[in-house]
Amino acid sequence: MSTVFIALQANEDTRPIIDAIALDNPAAVINRQPAMVKIDAPDHLVIRRETIEDQLGRAYDLQELQINLITLSGNVDEDDDTLTLTWNS
Amino acid sequence: MDMKATKKKLGMKERYRALTRDLGWEPSYQDKDAIFPYASYEGIKVHDWDKWEDPFRLTMDAYWKYQAEKERKFYAIIDAHAQNNGHLNITDARYLSALKIFLQAISPGEYAAHKGFARAGREFPGVGTQVACQMQAIDELRHAQTQIHAMSNYNRYYDGFHAFADARDRIWYTSVARSFFDDAMSAGPFEFMIAIGFSFEYVLTNLLFVPFMSGAAYNGDMATVTFGFSAQSDEARHMTLGLECIKFMLEQDPDNLPIVQAWIDKWFWRGFRVLGLVSTMMDYMLPKRVMSWREAWDIYGVENGGALFKDLARYGIRPPKGWDDAEKAIDHMSHQFMLGLYQWSFGTSFHSWIPSDEDMDWLSAKYPDTFDKYYRPRWAHIRKLKAAGTPFKNYGLARLCQCCQLPSVFTEPDDPTLTCHRETVYKGEKYQFCSDGCMDIFNNEPEKYIQSWLPMPALFSELGGDVGAWMNWVSLRDGVDNGDYDGSTDQQHFNEWRGLATSNL
Amino acid sequence: MTVKSIKDYVGVSRDRVENFNGKQLVYVSWDHHLLFASPFLLCLPPETPFAAMVSGPLTALVQPDPDAAAVDWRTVEWLKDNAPFTPDFSRSLAANGIGHKDQIRFRTPGLNALLNAA
Repeated sequence: MSTVFIALQANEDTRPIIDAIALDNPAAVINRQPAMVKIDAPDHLVIRRETIEDQLGRAYDLQELQINLITLSGNVDEDDDTLTLTWNS
Repeated sequence: MDMKATKKKLGMKERYRALTRDLGWEPSYQDKDAIFPYASYEGIKVHDWDKWEDPFRLTMDAYWKYQAEKERKFYAIIDAHAQNNGHLNITDARYLSALKIFLQAISPGEYAAHKGFARAGREFPGVGTQVACQMQAIDELRHAQTQIHAMSNYNRYYDGFHAFADARDRIWYTSVARSFFDDAMSAGPFEFMIAIGFSFEYVLTNLLFVPFMSGAAYNGDMATVTFGFSAQSDEARHMTLGLECIKFMLEQDPDNLPIVQAWIDKWFWRGFRVLGLVSTMMDYMLPKRVMSWREAWDIYGVENGGALFKDLARYGIRPPKGWDDAEKAIDHMSHQFMLGLYQWSFGTSFHSWIPSDEDMDWLSAKYPDTFDKYYRPRWAHIRKLKAAGTPFKNYGLARLCQCCQLPSVFTEPDDPTLTCHRETVYKGEKYQFCSDGCMDIFNNEPEKYIQSWLPMPALFSELGGDVGAWMNWVSLRDGVDNGDYDGSTDQQHFNEWRGLATSNL
Repeated sequence: MTVKSIKDYVGVSRDRVENFNGKQLVYVSWDHHLLFASPFLLCLPPETPFAAMVSGPLTALVQPDPDAAAVDWRTVEWLKDNAPFTPDFSRSLAANGIGHKDQIRFRTPGLNALLNAA
């Protein structure tokens, strides 16, 4: 097992996104650090557009994540509906 | 931000194809090798450039939109910082030493990376790669500009920020970063990608930007947090590009494996030496600390780097050769470096200081196996010398490493009481090194590294050993920019202005 | 291995001895005395007697160390090229075979106040 992670700036834009990630990834651990939130998960993390839209109450383009993204770890794959991070697939 | 997400006519994958590969063409009247003359001499074999794909599938139109939004956010905060006495809201002016080092050593590296990616984008034949390099070249230029702009607010009030370009070119503690980028920029495009895209971005920038910027937030420095996180939002893309690039090379041809492994070995070690500066900034220069260098290394080096190399093992990649030596150095390097910076502080365009009792207790708690045993006695003696009116200044200067160009402050991996001594003779001339890692890099390409311009020898070869002339030449104002923080004008000003800001006297 | 390049690649050393105006660089390191963060860099004429290097710059530079006063220069153990070495104090650096950018180390067994203080 390896840890994949994504870190986002701690702000109003990301609050619903972090909630969405927590809903979609029960194994994820949310670490709140000064000015940032780092989300760790074992081997795999998925970010879903639909869940974010539910939390946000509006349409969302997953590429908007770029604006508040700080760093990540793992092999990335992104399409219109999901962004996944994986190690050891 | 509330951006409009409109229903797109094409899906992300189709858009990516239309705006990368569909922009390319097969040349008809020029030979492909003549158009891309640097694509093959490094020995990397590529059979199908179309296999290259940016996993974020970011296209240029979306890139401009998101980058513009990042810039708007950045400048809103920079304006607020300038309008609200941001220079007084930091925890302590000691903190600024970390920023001065950042501005003199790291920000110029961003500009170097910009030039490097602009070149790599021209030299790679694949369109997906060209587009990704173009974005990164623009990103790196943006980083250099936003960093210089953010820190220029401090230049109005504090010393040591005024001549960062001269410091970058001429002073001694910046040459580790300058030589890192010069080395990468003078390599071929594939090696450049491993150097910057993979080793620096993927393995190391987390250590530079993430805990340090979180530390800036902790120390009330809104300007730096903002440029740091704004830059780091691009780094996530750069890291992904670096990882894709390495996987691409390894998947294209099995003959690429030994070449790529040798580059990983080399560039991990070169990057690790640049982090010597960062370790010191984290452990000593943040008045309020988020985590120690050791803790950051455990998260971003051991855990994250470990996960990466475990994942790459399926291609036959092993962890970098210097990995074990790096681990042995973690509990020592920040202390060894800070002791050096303090004793040579007459030659630094920033201030250093003797850690307080409270600082030393923190260091001792974070480094239980090393600080009290090796480093506290030295600081205690240095404090005694200062109290006796004979502050410690080491005019013996330093032996610089021919490869990383840092003073040889590092010890034997298995004996923290003995300086690491390595030397070699090439074409009848002697060369000195700080470590096996640096000596191996030299021995692999000696013709490159014999050309190193080493700042301390240059003091004698170019200026006859005249320290005053050297200070003028590096734009360091003696008694103003350099020396102990205790008694400095930065200290006086900060205390005086902070007093004015909170009272009506 | 040589540098991978598209044509012949030959470098020129920037720190050749002829660039030092008749002088040479010598590095000196005191084993296990890390109050001094790095080996010293000295720039001296090759005709400098070994004794003059020791009594001049070296003695002055090591003063901040609490062991400095107890050093007996005639009995310390010397190394050059990281191997045992017996200098002739009356002869020059050149006559002692100490070339440009060579490093001298010395050991003072039993003297290490800052290490024992822990």
